[in-house]
Amino acid sequence: MENMIHVNIIDREGVSHKLEAPTDMNMNIMEVCKSYELPVEGICGGMALCASCQCYLESDIHLPEQSDAELAMLDEAFHVRENSRLGCQIRITKDIDGIVLRLAPK
Amino acid sequence: MVQTDIIIIGAGPVGLFTVFEAGLLKLRCHLIDSLPEPGGQLIEIYPKKPIYDIPGYPIVNAGELVGKLMEQIAVFKPNFTLGETVQQLEETTDNQFIVTTNKGTRHQAPVVIIAGGLGVFEPRKPPIENLEKFEDKGVEYIIKDPEFYRGKRVVISGGGDSALDWTIYLAEKKIAKEIALVHRRTSFRGHLDSVQKVMDLAADDKIQLITDAEVVGITADSRGHVGGVTIKHASHGDKIKETDHFIPLFGLTPSLGPIADWGLELEKNAVKVNTVDYSTTRKGVFAVGDINTYPGKLKLILCGFHEGTLAVQAAFAKIYPNKKNVLKYTTVNGVNGF
Repeated sequence: MENMIHVNIIDREGVSHKLEAPTDMNMNIMEVCKSYELPVEGICGGMALCASCQCYLESDIHLPEQSDAELAMLDEAFHVRENSRLGCQIRITKDIDGIVLRLAPK
Repeated sequence: MVQTDIIIIGAGPVGLFTVFEAGLLKLRCHLIDSLPEPGGQLIEIYPKKPIYDIPGYPIVNAGELVGKLMEQIAVFKPNFTLGETVQQLEETTDNQFIVTTNKGTRHQAPVVIIAGGLGVFEPRKPPIENLEKFEDKGVEYIIKDPEFYRGKRVVISGGGDSALDWTIYLAEKKIAKEIALVHRRTSFRGHLDSVQKVMDLAADDKIQLITDAEVVGITADSRGHVGGVTIKHASHGDKIKETDHFIPLFGLTPSLGPIADWGLELEKNAVKVNTVDYSTTRKGVFAVGDINTYPGKLKLILCGFHEGTLAVQAAFAKIYPNKKNVLKYTTVNGVNGF
């Protein structure tokens, strides 16, 4: 379908979920996960202020540079790895079709 | 003991506006908040962020909105207990509630409205096994009195402003005997002058700066107090460092807090309410704003204003069961304060 991509989210039990996500709704990964009722809290509402949507990028997809706000938050978060990202800062665009992300531990 | 008509728990935007709607019904309010000033998330998390969905304001900064709400409710003279966290909710035999804070302040009213937003802001705790076992035995998440560390060995971990500022303070004032700052990365994101000061203190051997490393374990001394921490370095492996105190400073995170134990029906970390009047499963206790949940719930300030407005109507009916209440427009009657 036009304006639809697929994102793959591996939950904390290791189960993979292939989710359809619209590119024309100004959504991000945190919001897509919440809309499918995956266990992502998104406490701060997407302002890169809580790290409850932290995930690990596990596919070879080039994402835009992380903002200072995202890097600052990841500095204070736990379970952070080289490939850590905040789901709320990843926009749903055609460029990330097929992305694989693993939810970080709570 | 504070006596009022409505105890509002949470002084965020929704709690504040509820004071206004209660005031129109001649009900007095007392607000309790764990933060030191009113405004909730808007002041604590994003005071400078613009908000675009407040009716009548094409754009308003979060901090400015709180200022406007305070101005709007001033006429109803709300009272505040700030910097204290609610702990206990008791019910008296004559249908009153007593809310007690962590500092022992007691408040009594026939109605309680919980407008607690995300909950209470608590320190973020690193995932270290047995960490909680050492609380009050050498692990502290907040520095309340720096003198407590006089002559002690201290390990601070974290990379934000509070880790940097306390490291500098304890070192420059020569309070702690030995200070180590452990940070996961080599660079810091705090204020540039703080970062520079920490680098200078490390260069002068006033502190020990351990970067690319994390505290991953705690070891006890013979009294069961913190005796050392295990520091895992990215390339050098694990090392035990002797210390008297371990202070992880990783900012604050919200949690429902003691409200979770008040016998209210909860769902997904929120308080379930009846949308007729936003009442909880306990008669006389209401929940409005981000802390409640119901089918179709939207966590918007706008919706919280509506919820608080309806809740005070039901509060009035509980407080004055024999009085008739008619909706009056402010355009007709104006606003008559206390």
